[in-house]
Amino acid sequence: MSFSVTEPSPRQKWIAGILVVGYALITMLPLLWIVATGFKSSADSIAYPPKILFEPTVEGYVNVFTTQTRLSNEMAQEPRENLPWYEQLVREKGNTIVGQSRYTERFFNSVIIGFGSTFFAIVLGTAAAYAFSRFKVPLKDDLLFFILSTRMMPPIAVAIPIFLMFRNLGLNDTHAGMILLYTAINLSLAVWLINGFIDEIPIEYEEAALIDGYTRFQAFYKVVLPQAATGIASTAIFCLIFAWNEYALAVLLTSGTAQTAPPFIPTIIGVGGQDWPAVAAGATIFLVPVMVFTILLRKHLLRGITFGAVRK
Amino acid sequence: MAEVVLKNVTKRFGADVALENVSMTVPDGSFVVLLGPTGAGKTTTLRMISGLDRPDAGDVLIGGQSMAGLTPAQRNVAMVFQQYSLYPHLTVRENLEFPLKSPLLKTPAEEIARKIREVAEVLQISHKLDNKATALSGGEMQRVSIGRALVRTPTIYLMDEPLSSLDAKLRADLRIELKRIQSKSGATLLYVTHDQIEAMTMATHVGVLDRGKLVQFGSPREIYENPVSIYAASRLGQPRINIVPASLFGGAPAKADKIGLRPEQIVQGEGEDSLVTRVEHLGDQTRLHLNYKSHELITVTDAHTQLNEGDTVKIRPEKPFYFDAQGDRVA
Repeated sequence: MSFSVTEPSPRQKWIAGILVVGYALITMLPLLWIVATGFKSSADSIAYPPKILFEPTVEGYVNVFTTQTRLSNEMAQEPRENLPWYEQLVREKGNTIVGQSRYTERFFNSVIIGFGSTFFAIVLGTAAAYAFSRFKVPLKDDLLFFILSTRMMPPIAVAIPIFLMFRNLGLNDTHAGMILLYTAINLSLAVWLINGFIDEIPIEYEEAALIDGYTRFQAFYKVVLPQAATGIASTAIFCLIFAWNEYALAVLLTSGTAQTAPPFIPTIIGVGGQDWPAVAAGATIFLVPVMVFTILLRKHLLRGITFGAVRK
Repeated sequence: MAEVVLKNVTKRFGADVALENVSMTVPDGSFVVLLGPTGAGKTTTLRMISGLDRPDAGDVLIGGQSMAGLTPAQRNVAMVFQQYSLYPHLTVRENLEFPLKSPLLKTPAEEIARKIREVAEVLQISHKLDNKATALSGGEMQRVSIGRALVRTPTIYLMDEPLSSLDAKLRADLRIELKRIQSKSGATLLYVTHDQIEAMTMATHVGVLDRGKLVQFGSPREIYENPVSIYAASRLGQPRINIVPASLFGGAPAKADKIGLRPEQIVQGEGEDSLVTRVEHLGDQTRLHLNYKSHELITVTDAHTQLNEGDTVKIRPEKPFYFDAQGDRVA
């Protein structure tokens, strides 16, 4: 029998495994609930006790993308065979589709604002972090602390001044305004995280590139960026998750053209009563982009989080 | 290739003086070796010339041109770093191509391929060209890092202990190879090492640095045969020069405090008795550890000597070096 102080025993591995799986199940439960509710009928969604097994339907998904009205008596008599499947589905409930809902629009607002602000936070954050890491910045430590201090209160605490500023600048309910706001909030996180990653990259690589005939900017682009890619990717995930999920400021500052999905989804009201399956369907679709983004960058995320933490 | 001149170069890092008023001329086509222990200012000298650091005072001239304010790229120097500094995200081939593809050189593709083939051959890394730079052994990394300099034709090659982590055989091969490349191409080379065999075999000139000061500059023979101080004398010679009080032997000049004796400056079989304390057979030579009036001396004797521990042997100094109390040469 070999014995190692660092390698866990099979029993320890089992216990760790059970704990991890248990924790994962608990955190997954609300998600499963939402996904399941999205495929329930209105009646099933509010049934008590909750139905674990139910007959799936895509009603919720049809409802979330459409606006509907009650069928008139004449329309109810019309033959339904030639109608598209979603219209048939809606007519069975005594409704008819009269147009597209605003969900798609709000969803794309979220995409534009979420990815836009992430892009700017990463570009500006990388530039600032590189400067902090490599140049003699006067009052460097104080500046870094000041940048971090912007995160020491919840962003909503400054909602009213921001609201007033935005009103005066005409930024209320604009894409530019929301991108600006989320970039500003994410920037401190981006500077701090990326600064840590760039600090880990020995300066000798850049010196070698300078000697090899490259300018400082080219050395940054060709040598530092590829090595910092991991850290930048994981920072991007954090920034996107924040901007994508942000609710409070979005409620306050957007109402129409630039409204993102989070404040919109709870306002989905069906024809007669809150349409929970539609809300759940909207939430499920809303989860997809950030999930795909995270899965694509997952390998970087795991490496990134541990990599930046180790100090020499 | 060009002549490189340092004029009264001073560099401080905080309170530490890394270089103090160093003036030195590296002639065009020469192979200059800088010797000195850690902290003597060898690497700092290379960094001054390369432009990675700027002197606090003084000037660096390459080919007669002042380099003040010029970036490393504009100076067109090649440097081999002590820590290799291979780009970890690139393959060996991409590492070697990197300087050739710079905006400075923009080498055509066929020429890049040809140069890399040549250099990889010389450095015995042809079979590793498509490996990731991080998947190499220390010695291989060091060779790639030398290769990254050799693919270029810069004004000067700067090398910071380029052979330090190679095994003995490879080091001997590359020593000869580097010297061959340098004398064939007429390249100017400034080379930092701790290894005195490298200094003796490759250098046309040796600069001895001591705590930021250039104490002696000359041919290796000159420094070996005519050192200016105990410090300079101790840099070259294997076994090291023996330093003992001058009064131990007669005939010392008035100001002399210490006498320096290289093995060949100790004549055996004449003079006064000394006790053999140890005999080291190294194959091609035999080292004798002697006790002379309770001072330790090390010298070299015939490889097939019959002397044993406990024997006595007569010795006397022959044209020794005399140094004053500060360690400076007086005779």
